[in-house]
Amino acid sequence: MGSKDVKLVSFWVSPFGKRVEWALKLKGVEYEYIEEDIYNKSNLLLELNPVHKKVPVLVHGNKVISESFVILEYIDETWKQHPLLPQDPYQRAHARFWANFAEHKLLYAAFIAMVASRDDTEKALNVARESVEKIEQEIKGKKFFGGDNIGYLDIALGWISYWIPVYEEVGSMQILDPLRFPAINTWMNNFLNHPVIKDRLPHRDDMVVYFRDRKKIVSPAYHGLMKYL
Amino acid sequence: MAKKSEVKLLGAWPSPFVLRARIALNIKSVDYEFLEENFQPKSQLLVQSNPVYKKIPVLIHQDKPICESLIIVQYVDDVWSSDGPSILPADPYDRAVARFWATYVDDKLFPAMKSIAGAKGEEERKRLIKEVEEGLALLEDAFNKITTKGNNNYLFFGGDQIGYLDIAFGSLLGWLRVTEISNGVKLFDQVKTPGLVNWAESFSSHGAVKDVMPQTHNLLEFAKTLMTKMAHTN
Repeated sequence: MGSKDVKLVSFWVSPFGKRVEWALKLKGVEYEYIEEDIYNKSNLLLELNPVHKKVPVLVHGNKVISESFVILEYIDETWKQHPLLPQDPYQRAHARFWANFAEHKLLYAAFIAMVASRDDTEKALNVARESVEKIEQEIKGKKFFGGDNIGYLDIALGWISYWIPVYEEVGSMQILDPLRFPAINTWMNNFLNHPVIKDRLPHRDDMVVYFRDRKKIVSPAYHGLMKYL
Repeated sequence: MAKKSEVKLLGAWPSPFVLRARIALNIKSVDYEFLEENFQPKSQLLVQSNPVYKKIPVLIHQDKPICESLIIVQYVDDVWSSDGPSILPADPYDRAVARFWATYVDDKLFPAMKSIAGAKGEEERKRLIKEVEEGLALLEDAFNKITTKGNNNYLFFGGDQIGYLDIAFGSLLGWLRVTEISNGVKLFDQVKTPGLVNWAESFSSHGAVKDVMPQTHNLLEFAKTLMTKMAHTN
């Protein structure tokens, strides 16, 4: 099937969209990329994802799939080459667990730490660092979470290697201390240097500009949100 | 077939998330030991087997812990794949649809429902109830689309048998009924959600569900006790 059969609607700086791209690239699936301006949503997006109106959305023939983790599993089940999830049921459960954990704890806390005011930042940083500590234990002694090769959990957590350093710069803070978290830092290097990953990253400077703007705009709304963590 | 001692489920009877695990194990006819957790204080076993969240349910299979209810359901489906009907559909797209709505239940519907009890003021309460109603309308629509696919008229989201989405959503029915009673609203009715009304009855009386689904009046009592406790600690 040609590239017209698979389309990905995403936003250039979305870590959720990027992980879908990584999965497609790893499996060698050709696809058409459609950039969506999430601040000026198109009719296409509203039709494809009326429930959440969010990216990424994968279109495969006449099938539409949204929610990045749901998309990853769909991709893994539809294209069997370069399996992402392990075969063993316990390992699969393990990968899903840590993907969810990083999403609900680290991603949220790191973003809040970047945009929030003083008090909330301290609390958010603690949650973020504690989360990283737990993930550090999972990557110790391994090249990738998937073993010798990149797997589901590497793709699910890959945003850590590129988005968190940007958050750190914009928020003038440190989460991924290399002395405290050597294994994660090594993994980040391995991940970012993987041939499928390294060519498809958004420009870091553009990301810094983008998140600086976001911080200015959303800061007021983030007061007191730490109670939800 | 696993020996009874090989499979343990750490849980608590009122929890909808624990109910999910129990239904999945029942579908696969797995013999398991149910260990009721009463949280005063949290047991050693809970803290050791779920150090990250210290929450139930936790499935312990051959001494390995599996946490998070939907992850447990998928694990049960994977391990006991040749016992009983499949929990997840066979087709990858149908699986994606089931997972999408299960995620919706956990990320949107359940938090909205849970927040109603702690709503500050009538306006917030009404807003949250409306959010739940809108969520149920979406699920009614999804139910119709899924169960009438290919000129069929299935009883469940999973087809003739209950499946992943039935479990994910159906486990909330007791608490949705508690919400209706406590707030004097009808979230499910024959006009707005006829499909879901029938589905709820079929689900609740299904063999894998009826013996483990908590009775609404027990949940109501439990909710009242919880509210009293919370009022005293605040």
